[in-house]
Amino acid sequence: MAIAEPQFDDLYREVIIDHFRKPRNRGTLPAPTQHAEGMNPVCGDEIMLDLDVASGTITALAFTGQGCSISQSSASMMTERVAGRTISEAEQIADAVSAMLVDGADPAAEIGHLEALQGVAKFPVRVKCALLAWKVLREGLDQAKSPAAV
Amino acid sequence: MTTATALDITAIRADFPILGEIVNGRPLVYLDNAATTQKPRAVIDALVRYYETTNANIHRGIHALAVRATAQYEGVRAKAAAHIGAPRPEDIVFTRNATESINLVARAWGDQHIHAGDEIVLTVMEHHSNIVPWQLLARRKGAHLRYATVTDDGHLDLDQFRSLVGPRTKLIAVVHASNVLGTINPIAEIATMARAFGATLLVDGAQSAPHLPLDVQALGCDFFAFSSHKMLGPTGVGVLWARPGLLESMDPFMGGGEMISIVKPDASTWADVPHKFEAGTPNIADVIAFGAALDYLAGLGMDAIRAHEMNLTAYALDRLRTVPGLKFHGPANVEDRSGLVSFELESAHPHDVSTIVDAYGVAIRAGHHCAQLLMRRLAVPATNRASFSIYNTPGEVDVLVEALNHVVEVFSDGDRRAAV
Ligand SMILES: Cc1ncc(COP(=O)(O)O)c(C=O)c1O
Repeated sequence: MAIAEPQFDDLYREVIIDHFRKPRNRGTLPAPTQHAEGMNPVCGDEIMLDLDVASGTITALAFTGQGCSISQSSASMMTERVAGRTISEAEQIADAVSAMLVDGADPAAEIGHLEALQGVAKFPVRVKCALLAWKVLREGLDQAKSPAAV
Repeated sequence: MTTATALDITAIRADFPILGEIVNGRPLVYLDNAATTQKPRAVIDALVRYYETTNANIHRGIHALAVRATAQYEGVRAKAAAHIGAPRPEDIVFTRNATESINLVARAWGDQHIHAGDEIVLTVMEHHSNIVPWQLLARRKGAHLRYATVTDDGHLDLDQFRSLVGPRTKLIAVVHASNVLGTINPIAEIATMARAFGATLLVDGAQSAPHLPLDVQALGCDFFAFSSHKMLGPTGVGVLWARPGLLESMDPFMGGGEMISIVKPDASTWADVPHKFEAGTPNIADVIAFGAALDYLAGLGMDAIRAHEMNLTAYALDRLRTVPGLKFHGPANVEDRSGLVSFELESAHPHDVSTIVDAYGVAIRAGHHCAQLLMRRLAVPATNRASFSIYNTPGEVDVLVEALNHVVEVFSDGDRRAAV
């Protein structure tokens, strides 16, 4: 019987392994305007995110947490991609990442190097790993938008 | 080791239709047996045969099929009793799974015997199913939980355990074989501790009943719980064994049909044991097919099964040691462990490991294994676990090792990897 070559290169792209091994913006901010956390109870992945949001723009982000390469690299790439963007720009990027992972849409231009996560869409059990950081980001942005958080 | 005749693994594999499956383009290597085992043809056939030739409700009909179904169902009680060395079939209660068996004890025995200020001693290596029912009971009653810990080499710390057991201890609930560490706990010794203070001892046998020759009387426990689906049988069937006399002294768990004797408007009297604890129509078909699983295990012999799984575990430990950056949990000595190995790779998270080995057709478990207290004690978020059954081979361990070496390659320094 012919034995197929194992197929996972689509998932573990170089960029993902690199961000997993050397996460960017890992740590905490001295006095974040927003803080949000999330966890996938099934697999134990967790992301804690600090945000500085001033006049509707994300000026700084830092994250801590633990988990698989997909959850942690997604967080690391996210912090690079949304830094310096307005809240609505960041939300558009989050929407485009979801569309790629959940709906199998082609990666939109604004997601940049996050297109490396495209292969995750083919591994349904891992999609929630990739989306965790984005769920946490949305929560932080919602806080920033709410009137209580001026 | 043992004088049991060796298993004919080729013949055994031919009895399991699913082992011919191709997953991700590769022959299935099923190493997640501690989660649930595969089922032999005899069990699958027993289910079909029941529905084609026997199907009827039990204990209720006078007609031929009802009599036949009742006899087959009740016959499995004796087989389950024999499997664990229990003296009386009527001390076997069929439940949905080991979890329900433990909950039954927490409710029907616990509500009667646990009072405010009493202590329940558990261990940090328990499965959540042997923790949460006791937390609920402790909360209902104002009782307290105490936890025995484990040593760095994966054994229960018996000195610390002994220090927890005293006059306030009413119950000790402990796992026989750990689903994460594989550790086989010294139940007879723990039974002595319990007896010294008149405490009741429940043993979670979910991971020992499939793998070890058992004698509940020699173990000295009062309750023993296990699940059919982890020992070649169907899902939806669990077993609770209780020391003779205990079930008679307990109140019912659930009320309804089958479990009553006489029903009057304000009160009822209970059926004899074990039916008092089997309210409603039970899982007749799956219990009967579980009987086929027990026959299959008995046909091979639990001594031979234990010998095979010990050899395979020893082989796995040796081979896994060759994978760079791999660390094991649990006792070093295979005599002290059941047929499973939990491990981590330095470079890769357990979920990434599991995804990559899955591409090789290898099914292993990744996660906290429903043992968060133990994960905390081991200071890891999750582990990988390969767990064996009668049909696994050294060649399958080799496929796992090949796949793990590939994981190490993927997660090694970028320049050592081929660019993607
Ligand atoms: C040690 C142990 N106890 C209890 C259980 C619960 O078994 P079930 O889910 O069949 O009730 C398991 C199963 O994972 C187990 O490994």
